[in-house]
Amino acid sequence: MKLLIKGGTVIDPVAGKINKKDILIVDGRISGSGHNLSRSGAEVLDAKGKLVVPGLIDMHVHLREPGFEAKETIFTGTRAAARGGFTSVACMPNTNPVADNAAVVSSVIKRAHETGVVRVYPIGAISRGSIGEELAEIGDMKESGAVAFSDDGMPVMSSGLMRRAMQYARMLGVTLISHCEDKNLSSGGSMHEGLVSTILGLKGIPASAEEVMVSRDIILAEDTGCRVHIAHVSTAGSVRLVRQAKSRGVGITAEVSPHHFTLTDEAVMGYGACTKVNPPLRSDRDLEAVKEGLADGTIDVIATDHAPHTVEEKDVEYDLAPFGISGLETAVGLVWTELVATGVLTPLQAITKMTLNPARVLGIPGGTLEAGADADITIIDPELSWEVDPKLFASKGRNTPFTGRLLKGLPWVTIVGGRVVMKDCKVDI
Amino acid sequence: MGLSGKDLIGLRDITAEEIKLILDTAGPMKEIIARKIKKVPTLRGRTVITVFYEASTRTRTSFELAAKYLSADTVGLAAATSSVSKGESLKDTARNIAAMGADVVVLRHPMSGAAELLARSLNVSVINAGDGAHEHPTQALLDMYTVREKKGRLDGLKVAIIGDILHSRVARSDIWGYTIMGSEVRLAGPSTLIPAGIEKLGVRVCRTVEEAIEGADVVNVLRIQMERQQQGLFPGLREYSRMFGISPERLSLAAPGALVMHPGPINRGVEMSSEVADGLQSVICEQVTNGVAVRMALLYLLIGGSEQK
Ligand SMILES: [Zn+2]
Repeated sequence: MKLLIKGGTVIDPVAGKINKKDILIVDGRISGSGHNLSRSGAEVLDAKGKLVVPGLIDMHVHLREPGFEAKETIFTGTRAAARGGFTSVACMPNTNPVADNAAVVSSVIKRAHETGVVRVYPIGAISRGSIGEELAEIGDMKESGAVAFSDDGMPVMSSGLMRRAMQYARMLGVTLISHCEDKNLSSGGSMHEGLVSTILGLKGIPASAEEVMVSRDIILAEDTGCRVHIAHVSTAGSVRLVRQAKSRGVGITAEVSPHHFTLTDEAVMGYGACTKVNPPLRSDRDLEAVKEGLADGTIDVIATDHAPHTVEEKDVEYDLAPFGISGLETAVGLVWTELVATGVLTPLQAITKMTLNPARVLGIPGGTLEAGADADITIIDPELSWEVDPKLFASKGRNTPFTGRLLKGLPWVTIVGGRVVMKDCKVDI
Repeated sequence: MGLSGKDLIGLRDITAEEIKLILDTAGPMKEIIARKIKKVPTLRGRTVITVFYEASTRTRTSFELAAKYLSADTVGLAAATSSVSKGESLKDTARNIAAMGADVVVLRHPMSGAAELLARSLNVSVINAGDGAHEHPTQALLDMYTVREKKGRLDGLKVAIIGDILHSRVARSDIWGYTIMGSEVRLAGPSTLIPAGIEKLGVRVCRTVEEAIEGADVVNVLRIQMERQQQGLFPGLREYSRMFGISPERLSLAAPGALVMHPGPINRGVEMSSEVADGLQSVICEQVTNGVAVRMALLYLLIGGSEQK
């Protein structure tokens, strides 16, 4: 089996280079790259005018299986990922049952092999049941294939437990991913606290609810030496805290979600529950700070926090709607339109934050186009303009605040292990 | 001239001309209420449905009387508060209303945005009778009607709003309404009950109740809910009363002839003393009468004028 990707602009984050060349894939692996590679016996993908990049990695998705199959399954979620250009996703453990033991982790991996079209890396829970009381069997889960640990959505409120989790994770050499939210400050809130929440009469979630926990986890990371990754940074204060921590050498990394560099709390006007997300859409100032953090390297990773919900769940009073945005299929368009076209990030920086950096944070393969590597490759058409229409999503989650938005930049082909799993928005497997 | 929208969700998106029109129309309506036979045939054959997810006999009765005086049929849709938490109820309510063919729906709901959600899914007029901490536009309209009747104008008046601004839909609608009409609005209350960024709406947030009342033409006092104390938002009613309660001494700081208002029901001895509530400057009872007149005006303007709505 030979596949030749011809004439594309290749972005290689490992080499830090962009150049026009061909890439040859043989038997699922990258066999080499260069100019005018021989096409004999190879199927050819003409990538002229397109960007050829390592397979995108989304280190923060909710696949909802097991337990919430009405929202999403591994089958639909991985197809959404393929359409979004992602060849690997890391899925959060807030399923039912919670992925807090080796059996659930193994079953997710098994289901992904049976029904998925991209690579799925489970993230295990930090605490048993994600209820923040006692440590989950992190060692067993690591053994079964969990790549990182998080109580995403059910943040560990006890500093004592979080410190022990970090000590334990450090022994195992795994990363903890922290959803930073002090429930004492955020509880009952449904949007960012500010002028818009005041006008709408909705209970606000102050920026400090996030920043207090970012501070705590930085302090604990420094104390324990554990690698800590801050999920979905949304405030200017969090960006500043991470920047300061990194400058003193604390082993932390951070991610941002596309909606947080695209929308502000203004989007909540009209009470459309597709704008309800946790952490909430913040102020202008926060949005600018997040972009600065992306540009100066404070924020390492772009991750979608893909959180699909059913239409019925979202089509209710704002306070009753669940938090979350279905993000896999708009990520590349938003990154290209909001960050690359505007000059916030270079194409190389953007791709690095969606490939090499998340691979490093999780310690998984990917982010490279070197000969011998698994042929996980995404081809992006950076010039294609398209309009977001959730009815066309492969995800069951149609909950996007971007309906009708015009974006420029769309994944054209997704290749996992040398196999084309998506082409022209179609996943035919 | 009429109202521009099919609904009245809030005063944020309404013009000074529209407010003036409603208040001007409420005048003749008040005359009808004063008659011995309080019934005119204006809205005969029209149906007003009241849907209250929160108990409020006062507001509901006011709307029902307003509809009845104009000869509209009224139906109260039983909406159990408990079913709100299930989430499907508002959508189901909308479907039921559409099937029943009402002309106006009056909605009271504990969650902000409910009225807008309902209005979007219905072709008939929706009047917001209070949604969460968002807006309560008819209360603000009756407040402004009362003030204008007494003072002859709204423009240039100093209006103090005292109490729990954070949870008050009345405060928000009053702020929009009064500022649109050119009044100067000052707020005072425990700092834990002043919502973020409210000064950006063009109001002055005062540090003390005295500062807010000083020279005010209107002192509008909000109801403080006991549950806010349980939530730890302020330490206690005794201290609240001492710091923010309206006493005759405090009221004496206001402009001569200042009006004392309250959306009701009053916690006597907490938000204001009985002396103030029942005093000469209190217009609290007239607010209730004017409420019916303003709601009649609104019903008339929304569905009375023409058939082609
Ligand atoms: Zn999260």
